[in-house]
Amino acid sequence: MNPFKTLTSTAVPLPIEDVDTDQIIPARFLKATTREGFGENLFRDWRYDKLNQPKENFVLNNPTYSGEILLAGANFGCGSSREHAAWAIQDYGFRVVVSSYFADIFKGNALNNGLLPVTVSPTVLDEAFRTIEQNAAARFTVNLEEQTFTNEETGTVTGFEIDEYKRTCLMNGYDDIDFLLSQREKIEAFENQRLDYSL
Amino acid sequence: MPLHPRAAARLVIFARQIFELAMPTLFDKVWDAHVVTSVPGGAQVLYIDRHLIHEVTSPQAFNGLRQRGIPLLRRDRIVATADHNVPTKDQDKPIAEPLSRKQVEMLTTNCAEFGVELYGLGHPYQGIVHVIGPELGITRPGITMVCGDSHTSTHGAFGAIAFGIGTSQVEQVMATQCVLMEKPRKMRINIEGDLQPGVTAKDLILYVIAKLGTGGGTGHFVEYAGSAIRSLSMEGRMTVCNMSIEMGARGGLIAPDQTTFDYLEGREFAPKREEWEKAVAHWRTLPTDADATFDIEYTYRAEEIPPMITYGTNPGMGMGVKDRIPQASALHGEASMEKAMQYMDLEIGKPMEGMPVDYVFIGSCTNSRIEDLRLAGSLVQGKRIAANVTGIVVPGSQQVAKQAIAEGLDRVFEAAGFEFRGAGCSACLGMNEDKVPAGRYCVSTSNRNFEGRQGPGARTILASPLTAAAAAVAGKIVDVREFKI
Repeated sequence: MNPFKTLTSTAVPLPIEDVDTDQIIPARFLKATTREGFGENLFRDWRYDKLNQPKENFVLNNPTYSGEILLAGANFGCGSSREHAAWAIQDYGFRVVVSSYFADIFKGNALNNGLLPVTVSPTVLDEAFRTIEQNAAARFTVNLEEQTFTNEETGTVTGFEIDEYKRTCLMNGYDDIDFLLSQREKIEAFENQRLDYSL
Repeated sequence: MPLHPRAAARLVIFARQIFELAMPTLFDKVWDAHVVTSVPGGAQVLYIDRHLIHEVTSPQAFNGLRQRGIPLLRRDRIVATADHNVPTKDQDKPIAEPLSRKQVEMLTTNCAEFGVELYGLGHPYQGIVHVIGPELGITRPGITMVCGDSHTSTHGAFGAIAFGIGTSQVEQVMATQCVLMEKPRKMRINIEGDLQPGVTAKDLILYVIAKLGTGGGTGHFVEYAGSAIRSLSMEGRMTVCNMSIEMGARGGLIAPDQTTFDYLEGREFAPKREEWEKAVAHWRTLPTDADATFDIEYTYRAEEIPPMITYGTNPGMGMGVKDRIPQASALHGEASMEKAMQYMDLEIGKPMEGMPVDYVFIGSCTNSRIEDLRLAGSLVQGKRIAANVTGIVVPGSQQVAKQAIAEGLDRVFEAAGFEFRGAGCSACLGMNEDKVPAGRYCVSTSNRNFEGRQGPGARTILASPLTAAAAAVAGKIVDVREFKI
């Protein structure tokens, strides 16, 4: 996992609520057995038509918008637990997703892959959408160390919450698995003190 | 002298801890009994008793273990099956589709290499992971259970803490038998009274999701309670808990009671003899204490729940079968509603009753158990499905299929014009060849009506097995309460 400290970038706006992981990566693309290459099918059915031609009205096909930040409507990542959704977003080139709230499983999956989910208030999110609408070249800064999201165009700076442990992991590129493996003694002690852990 | 803010905060936490210890909920009891240790910042290391895996979300986890050179910590805690990607026809032949075949074969080789019990294609226990866990007695009250699948919430019907995880966490559980997670907040949903005839557990949960929206449960674990919930069979309770994720909840659970114990007793892997007695005594201590409190609580009347259908492109876009498609609201904004109506080719303000349908799918981890097939079978018995409808019935497991055949349900469905298939996830998510063509309407007993869920361009209408069966026979959306059986 690559460490994340701070990022300043333009953003791609997707002002749709309840974007589910079936849209992010449809089930028929889940047959791969590695983590790589999902980016080409990110938002497949919104991005391409039946003949596999890019749909002009979809934001990822609009050359006006680019950047490493995806700005999305509320409840982003709902539905299926497929981690392939986080892999696809990251593989496409995004490092941050900003929304007013995330579905729980998606948020966990993103964090486990170093893709940073930034939760801001609906007001801050709306302002960011409006900013991009007026100027597609507008830049935003996500500073994980300070836990701030800055709309560089308007100067609005807002804090965001993140679990302290998770923040340390992301800033250093640590996986949960390294931490859990370090807890091995406690885990075995826990197993041993249970009378019958099958009950 | 005023209290230092940090000291005040500590006092509040201390007070809350005492409060919670004194009056725990079912969720608290199970969760707290599985905490190995806490991490500064709020997350906890939660011990996992049972881990179910399948072909789609496990290959990268096995690869991760290999790359790190670490073994499984407790291979006897893991059970594998092939369900998402398997064909439902010709299950005795090699899988025709190369990528699906490769993924299923990889599960077989991974399980062999790591020593995991596999109920693969052809095994009498094979089936949808959330159907086989309960029917084999692997699922039971008071345990923690995970699977790389969001509908793992199903198993909460037994009073277990069960939730879906991503592949990184699948790998973590394989390596350490633990996940690292903040304890979710607690929600209780009470359904009091009696369901009307023709109204099922599926309608109940679609009704709740329509009230709360797809994000209404985010950050929470939901306990379902009240007389209508207690009256449900285990199959019905599983249907309810299954769809907890569709309102964004981490999971759902129901207090174990005599219905739970009666279902489990004698099942393949359920405790036996003295172990059974000890287990039941423990399970009886699990229900939420009378004065326990929840972060949020909702109460609904069962009598007010009609047969439900969905009109849009997420499970929160549901309504009574006689209702008209509602206007945009706080739950579904104008842009979402417009997008949904365009995809579904439907119109705000119009009813859906009487609308012709093309496909009917009876199956999925939500509604593919024997009780679901009996219910649908009772409606189609002696009838023919309409000429405009293609109907398929996909039992949830080999055991469900076997039972259905023993009861003659396969013949009932086939005589009516349905295809009766082999076990698997099938048209719920269209990973195998069971897809609904673009632009066609499918009344489905599954759990998600997302765009393209049942195939690119497919239009899904979620409903109960009864409403789906009635739609198949009538060839259109009908109110099953008025349907002549």
